[in-house]
Amino acid sequence: MSVERALEGTGTWLDDRLHGARGVRVLLRKVFPDHWSFLLGEIILYSFIILLLTGTFLTFWFQPSMTDVIYHGSYLPLHGVRMSEAYASTLNITFDVRGGLLIRQIHHWSADLFMAGIMAHMIRVFFTGAYRKPREINWLIGIILFTLGLLEGLFGYSLPDDLLSGAGLRILEGVVQSIPLVGTYLAFFLFGGPFPGHLIIPRLYILHVLLIPGLILALVTAHLFLMFHQKHTQMPGKGRTNKNVVGAPLYPYFMAKTGAFFFFVFAAVALAATFVQINPIWLYGPFNPVAMSAGSQPDFYMGMLEGALRVMPAWQWVPFGHTFAFNVFIPALVPLGLLFTGAALWPFLEQWVTGDRREHHVNDRPRNAPTRTALGIGMITFYGILWAEGANDVLAANFDVPLYWITWAARVGIFVGPVIAYIITKRICLGLQRKDNHLIEHGVETGIIRQLPGGEFIEETRPVDEDSLAVLTSRTDYPALGTADTVESDVPPAGMRGGIGRVRERLYKVVTESAPIANGHGNGHGNGHAIESNGHDHAAIGTGAGSGSGPGGSESEDGHS
Amino acid sequence: MSNPNSPDSGDTAWQEYLTGGEQTASAGGASTGGASAAGASAGGSGAADQPEETAGPRRVIGTPPPAAARTLLAPADDGGAQPLVRELPSDPDDPARAKKAELVVAACFILAMLAGFGFLVAYGIVGVGSITGAQHSNLLLGGTLSITLLLLGIGATIWVRQLMPTVELTEQRHVMASDPKDKAAFKETWDEGAETSQFVKRPIVRRSLIAATLPLGIAPIFLLRDLGPLPGKSLDTTVWRKGLRLLVYGTNRPITPAEFSSPGSIISVGPQGFLNDDDAMAKAAVIIIKFRPGEVDYAPGWRPVANKVVENWTVDNIVAYSKICTHVGCPAALYEQTTHHILCPCHQSTFDATQGARVIFGPATRPLPQLPIGVDKQGFLIATGDFAVPVGPSFWERS
Repeated sequence: MSVERALEGTGTWLDDRLHGARGVRVLLRKVFPDHWSFLLGEIILYSFIILLLTGTFLTFWFQPSMTDVIYHGSYLPLHGVRMSEAYASTLNITFDVRGGLLIRQIHHWSADLFMAGIMAHMIRVFFTGAYRKPREINWLIGIILFTLGLLEGLFGYSLPDDLLSGAGLRILEGVVQSIPLVGTYLAFFLFGGPFPGHLIIPRLYILHVLLIPGLILALVTAHLFLMFHQKHTQMPGKGRTNKNVVGAPLYPYFMAKTGAFFFFVFAAVALAATFVQINPIWLYGPFNPVAMSAGSQPDFYMGMLEGALRVMPAWQWVPFGHTFAFNVFIPALVPLGLLFTGAALWPFLEQWVTGDRREHHVNDRPRNAPTRTALGIGMITFYGILWAEGANDVLAANFDVPLYWITWAARVGIFVGPVIAYIITKRICLGLQRKDNHLIEHGVETGIIRQLPGGEFIEETRPVDEDSLAVLTSRTDYPALGTADTVESDVPPAGMRGGIGRVRERLYKVVTESAPIANGHGNGHGNGHAIESNGHDHAAIGTGAGSGSGPGGSESEDGHS
Repeated sequence: MSNPNSPDSGDTAWQEYLTGGEQTASAGGASTGGASAAGASAGGSGAADQPEETAGPRRVIGTPPPAAARTLLAPADDGGAQPLVRELPSDPDDPARAKKAELVVAACFILAMLAGFGFLVAYGIVGVGSITGAQHSNLLLGGTLSITLLLLGIGATIWVRQLMPTVELTEQRHVMASDPKDKAAFKETWDEGAETSQFVKRPIVRRSLIAATLPLGIAPIFLLRDLGPLPGKSLDTTVWRKGLRLLVYGTNRPITPAEFSSPGSIISVGPQGFLNDDDAMAKAAVIIIKFRPGEVDYAPGWRPVANKVVENWTVDNIVAYSKICTHVGCPAALYEQTTHHILCPCHQSTFDATQGARVIFGPATRPLPQLPIGVDKQGFLIATGDFAVPVGPSFWERS
């Protein structure tokens, strides 16, 4: 009782000053939809929190200094060796600070988990179409966060100034230097003179512990606020429409679940840090510009850039006494630039091509957007081949394949692979759509064969249960191209005229390619739209689907009224 | 009763959690009758009579009986005097299982607490300061921490799943776009402000203000100028010059051709006096390779020739190449004796050491520059000059 009174007292005290009772009450009952894939974003958030906590711990001892010292600490194999203070203080954290090694490893594992989480989350959002209106801003914020995460990770693992990270910095310098016109200047400004100099570690340090985490924190806050404000998307299912959110309330359900999940994420990185060694800088030795060991690999999220550098043929152009080092700046900038720019533009391109300007709060099943899914798998293939090529020497050694074969396979693969992946994925998606149609129209096969009195054999089927049917029938048609007011005339609507209009029409056919929507049994569960939409004639103008005029005026939303 | 799915004036979404819906009466005023989900309430609470009021969103628990479906939330009027209808059940789905689960959860938490104490004890008793000490400390601290966190997670999960009753609520969404009236009002306010500020009417104020801030915007770029010196010609040369001895990297001692006589050997060397200077070594690191007679494609004379080794820059079939890869500057540290290939471990640029280190595979575009070497009076290997071309990665000014 006294606890309750204390709480009530605190609440009253706060409410007298903040006027929160009403708003916070609504907040507490805010509904959060549930799906395992929604946990991916939470992994990122929690690993970021762990990174902030463990990173702060590490700063208490780390010395971001490139001043030469002779080591006399607890790690005997390096006694008397010349090294930078940064490296020496990292050894100190590892061997002389209790819990130092653990926290260092948790920090590194969390960073890897953070990046892996971002990738998985981004893939989930892309394939379910969760980036669609009104969530385009959050998608863009996510891409910026990904980029910041890459930089934050690269700068972070460069700080100990060990042999491996020094090589990474050397590569960074070579890449910056290759940029036409300004590269040499940029490199000199970044490093404060020639490589390695004495300034790069302190500079990366302040970027790593203040500027970039500050930006990430601000963007994560904006990302979460928007998610909160727009309400989370939900997976298709019974009773779930674009006009509602079905799930459990924030208090107590979501709070308790997400709290538990925080412990699981923390436990996972703690277990990894306890049992799986990561970045053993004491084995690499301090940086020196003369030595390098075979099989050097960056952290996994840099592997794609590493692979791009490895796969590039030796092209350069030296006109009028200046060097265009295509062999360096093209792989460093183009592949990742292509992926990020493509990802950033895609929601708007898709909207323009399909004319679908409705709000979407129910996620797509990947199969229900075959072109998007195929494009995504194509991009993943592109990324994956470059990523594997980033470890071509390791692959060559472990699988006994000639190194150059792997590189040549990757050179061909990055062009052919995505195309093949696109075609196969699209066929699989269309096939799955037809399978769904079959289930909707004919039900589930039971394996029971029955002979009719007339001698005919039939297989018995049973209808799909309600919950599954709601998922199966969640597919909707895209609005038809063009607008209703042009039905009567032969003049194509604005946006459909001229060359660009023809391009759009072609793209429309590709992007909206789908199996015809099933004519279900009209099973009375509010999916009537599947029947109403008039087939698959996309070219037909003004089929009345409202083609993106009225916000939220789509068929699927009316289906459940 | 009103249709819960009727189009909504999106303003409610904001107010819902910022103000609890108090301000609905103003601009959004009309807030369209059933807009507030409260209209769905069947409790006869008069939601329809107070269209300007917004209540919390309409919700449905699980799959409730049809009658109850629409009664779950009474509209919260100004005083909040209306009693709230209970939305969440108070008892678990299965009381018998819950009773067992309660014990399991408590056990998890108690064990988590014990493991947590274990962490504190381990911190106190396991010292570091040696390799094994750090290992043991890591194992014990990490092990106890992991167990604590894992048990907390497991306990909390069982708690949610077994002790808390299953609940599914449905909350209405609202279109993000604002009501046209709100938009119009916003535009009016905006325009009023712009007008009152005179910013639009008096271009001279506007333009001079913009002009005044321009240099301020550029200033930070100027401030960054002193981040580093200008490169100048510094990338074109290294510290190598005529007469500098080649010191073996590691032992820091000069070397004679006789000491380096077994063919197929490779050694990293640096210029005398600069071995501990990382800035100098980042460009001046050199490998010397000993060949058998006849293995090397020599070009007579004193100038670099494509795909050839300059014969007069070698001593006794010992050839010196820059160790800094011409791709992005990693040390090209791997050498394959049988094929005479120099391989950079970073991106696998491969150079043929017998042919003037020409590129035979990989992303590097240029051969590793050859360092002219000779011997001094004491018979030690020396450089007879700097590299003829810039070493290391390409850069814009390089011709």
